[in-house]
Amino acid sequence: MTVTAAFFYLFATITIASGFMVIASRNPVQSVLFLILAFVNAAGLFLLMGAEFLAMILVIVYVGAVAVLFLFVVMMLDVDFAALRQGFLQYLPIGGLIGLILLLELILVVGTYTIDPGLVRSPAVPIPSADVMTNTEALGQVLYTRYFYFFQAAGLILLVAMIGAIVLTLRERVGVRRQDISKQNARTQETAVEMRKVPFRQGI
Amino acid sequence: MVIGLGHYLTVAAVLFTLGVFGIFINRKNVIVILMSIELILLAVNINMVAFSTHLNDIVGQVFAMLILTVAAAEAAIGLAILVVFFRNRGSIAVEDVNMMRG
Repeated sequence: MTVTAAFFYLFATITIASGFMVIASRNPVQSVLFLILAFVNAAGLFLLMGAEFLAMILVIVYVGAVAVLFLFVVMMLDVDFAALRQGFLQYLPIGGLIGLILLLELILVVGTYTIDPGLVRSPAVPIPSADVMTNTEALGQVLYTRYFYFFQAAGLILLVAMIGAIVLTLRERVGVRRQDISKQNARTQETAVEMRKVPFRQGI
Repeated sequence: MVIGLGHYLTVAAVLFTLGVFGIFINRKNVIVILMSIELILLAVNINMVAFSTHLNDIVGQVFAMLILTVAAAEAAIGLAILVVFFRNRGSIAVEDVNMMRG
């Protein structure tokens, strides 16, 4: 149990510290890298809670896709990030105040709530023990049966997001030579090649 | 020392607050605001999984996965809008987002 506690405090500390560095670091590239660190350590927290599949999905989706997407965009945009830091101190007091109030309220909620014992006794779909079924299998058995429509809706959301991102960023540039295959295929020998009789010692 | 539900909820609360705080102090930088939203969604996911484990109910993990999907879609769309906006205005500052005079 002490090992679990030690790992919990390790993961929690690094998650929170890197979460702070995400919003506080001057360079957005560093922010993205700290975001990756926060996600990896949150995946560690998920592992401690016994949600192995979600931990791996978090690493794959967030670190592998979302954070790399952020990194691409940060590096692609030619922005003077130092100018964007202007007004950092201007918003610090009000932001700090609101953050502090929010944190206090959340801690109060966490510290004083109680869970209805009937809720603990009757879970909708109980988690099978680890020696019966792995976490991935248990999740799949629920996701593909009981929550199948949610699963399909998630796929639809991803499709819409993909098409939306493509449509938003696609642009037709003028003055760019592109390959037009039908035009190429429509060419015949007569339009393409011209035979000239070259006079001797004169050239064309 | 037993690590219970409260510990995970506290971590999630701190992370959520950091996300909201990040939106406030980085009022000009849209990229950091998007990253703060990712932090908030991560905090929500930690809450979901913590309650799922505590209540011995796997439905929380299913919904955490759906939140993950929505977060990925949101990041893709948000960054696409950001790229288009940068192409049009040459800036990503939030106060320049006034083309509609709203």
